[in-house]
Amino acid sequence: MELFNGGQISLSNIPVLTQQGFRARILDRCHEDARLVNLFGHLGTSGQVRLSAILGLDEEAGLEILSTFISSEAAQYESLTKDLLQAHLFEREIAEQWAIQPLGHPWLKPLRYHCNYRSATDIWKNIANKTIPGEYPFYAVGGEEVHEVGVGPVHAGIIEPGHFRFQCHGEEILHLEIQLGYQHKGIEPLMQGQDLKRSVLLSESIAGDTAIGHSTAFCEVVESLSGCIISPKAQAIRAIALELERLANHIGDLGALGMDAGFLPTSAYFGRMRGDYLNLLLALTGNRFGKGLCRPGGVLFDIDANMAGEFCLKLKKYKEEFQDVSDLLFSRPSVLARFEGVGVITPEDAQKIGLVGLAGRASQLECDVRINYSSGMWQFHHVPISLGATGDVYARALVRRQEILRSLEFLLKVLPSLPAGEIFTPAGPMKPDTLAVSLVEGWRGEIMHVGISDAQGGFARYKIKDPSFHNWFGLAYAMRGQEISDFPLCNKSFNLSYSGHDL
Amino acid sequence: MSIVFLILFHWLVVLLLAPFFIGVISKIKAFFAGKRGPSFFQPFFDLRRLFQKNSVYSRTTTWIFRSAPIVNLAAVLVLSLVVPLGFLKAPIQFSGDIFLAAYILGLARFFIICAALDTGSSFEGMGASREAFFSCLCELALFMNFITLSLLTHSISLSSMIGAGIPVSWKLMGPVLLLVAGSLFIVILAENCRIPVDDPDTHLELTMIHEVMILDHSGVDFGYMLYAAAIKLFVFVGILIPIIFPIQSGNPVADMLIFLGGTLGLSVTVGIVESTMARLRLNRVKNLLLLAFALAFFGFVVKMWRM
Repeated sequence: MELFNGGQISLSNIPVLTQQGFRARILDRCHEDARLVNLFGHLGTSGQVRLSAILGLDEEAGLEILSTFISSEAAQYESLTKDLLQAHLFEREIAEQWAIQPLGHPWLKPLRYHCNYRSATDIWKNIANKTIPGEYPFYAVGGEEVHEVGVGPVHAGIIEPGHFRFQCHGEEILHLEIQLGYQHKGIEPLMQGQDLKRSVLLSESIAGDTAIGHSTAFCEVVESLSGCIISPKAQAIRAIALELERLANHIGDLGALGMDAGFLPTSAYFGRMRGDYLNLLLALTGNRFGKGLCRPGGVLFDIDANMAGEFCLKLKKYKEEFQDVSDLLFSRPSVLARFEGVGVITPEDAQKIGLVGLAGRASQLECDVRINYSSGMWQFHHVPISLGATGDVYARALVRRQEILRSLEFLLKVLPSLPAGEIFTPAGPMKPDTLAVSLVEGWRGEIMHVGISDAQGGFARYKIKDPSFHNWFGLAYAMRGQEISDFPLCNKSFNLSYSGHDL
Repeated sequence: MSIVFLILFHWLVVLLLAPFFIGVISKIKAFFAGKRGPSFFQPFFDLRRLFQKNSVYSRTTTWIFRSAPIVNLAAVLVLSLVVPLGFLKAPIQFSGDIFLAAYILGLARFFIICAALDTGSSFEGMGASREAFFSCLCELALFMNFITLSLLTHSISLSSMIGAGIPVSWKLMGPVLLLVAGSLFIVILAENCRIPVDDPDTHLELTMIHEVMILDHSGVDFGYMLYAAAIKLFVFVGILIPIIFPIQSGNPVADMLIFLGGTLGLSVTVGIVESTMARLRLNRVKNLLLLAFALAFFGFVVKMWRM
């Protein structure tokens, strides 16, 4: 069944396949040109769990949705992961959330350490009562000269908690296993229910550095379900805020990459420049991370002609500054020597893992929601896709630099010609028993929110997918055979969200 | 009595001046980053703060861990005694004191590495392994330089190796001394864990070499480690200065000013190097150290050839 970005479909219209048919269809489509964008469970009628898969057809800007039922007595199905690596984390998530056994899953380990949602017996007994990481079965390499290095969950520096287990031979990493879940706050169940005013606030906290991305996705789901069409001006302001968020984070990341390579000047300059963009968001929304801007029905803060002119003047100055400093970073042989050839992911591997966002683009995958599934402002203003060729730290840095320049061009084009009109149209009640999807290209990559409405005008199930959910595995994979001392640099080049993964 | 006085005065100068040059390097780095940077005296404030604290010891550690900071500080203080500082002659001079200098450094390193292994931490084990490997290569270059210098000056006492013979050698054997100075500069960067070999400011425990080995030291012990590191840098610079600026006026004040000016200049150079290049990948550090050895070796070859 065809869906599009921002579209909706009645639950009864979603095709239901047999378990074998469901599996075969996903495998067939994903081995052709589709990619697994989402796979999640929700409660069907009479206690069954309904598994829904959303496949992305990047070329056609279409999404395909299909589902199957898993009975609550025989809660198991044949795992997709053994034939489709992209499904790996999705199936672990389903096993944990719904206590459904994916038979033959090669890497079935807990993800976030919570009880399942349907009060059945958990696959891992007493999982919620054990200390984390508890009895997590880490992959171990044997041998006399192999040593194990564990980093975290408490780190030196102000970053989120996560545990990294390296199996090393000397300085070489044989295997890295990343074990997360420390930030789990149960945000999906919290989003469910009737209190949409609270849900939108929660959506801004899914990943603190992607407040605009996630709140836009949430608003689009609600607007889709309630048939609300927001004004062109509101769309433009959302797009502007999204690009400001992208600029601030990309520039901060380039600075951090310089810092981790031991190149101090650019890290200081970029650190200051990141603040410039956050201050623009502050001027627009009253919050440096853009919280409080997006609400179902539009945006709460307007950009008038004065402000637009002021933003343009500042952005022109920032653009020159950025070009100077990025030239400094990208022209240093000693910096390039650190970036090039480190943490390579080939396009084939990237496709298999299902990388999204800038990490995918650095490995030549043409994945950009703004282009492939354009909605809102992106339907009228096309941003060229920024691709890297080599899939290494250098490519990920270069893609960031390209995107910064293109975002700046976009802003300088859109700001002087903002559409006129209202910024807010109140959204009506939501259509019951309907599923709506929304895709947003956050600065890390593809954010997908899926909302299923109930009969009371709230959400029966809300599914969030942050791009980090796809890409953490890519980071672990990229480190194979690399020097352990290059890990911080490679980690920074992905800069994934712990909170967005742990939900 | 007079030798005791000389030693104490030498130490006083070393203890008072050494942290200052760490402050100079930080200031230069801050300048390149467009910041005002901490005061030149910040290292002294840091040391005062650390000396007012208590140390915390992990239960897995033994006396080795506790002794390492003291042994390290004592070793660099003894090392400082064989190095002349401007008009201050080295209080300890004897034929062969160069070996004392080299092995006292080895002693300090041995204790730091053992203390790092003593903590049982995987990071510190990695750091210890890197330090042991890189210091092997460093020692190679250092000894090659010492051999060349001793051939030039017909002496195996550090004070005369970098003493009165140097100005004459510059005239006769300029290229040799140039190679030696280049090689020693790389050794200084490596021995004192500066960029491009190690990053003294990083917080990334997986990439560190020296810093990771002293992660578990705290309070007074950590203060000793930092003080020792500052003195080590000062002493190494003190060895290089007479080679680069072989000017001896005979006037104590002028000599001291030349020495201090040279030290300041070299600290600024280290700061500029740190600000204008990124750190090397760890697997390329050995190439840099081998380069230091190669420079030293060519110095030796030229010396032998022009004998």
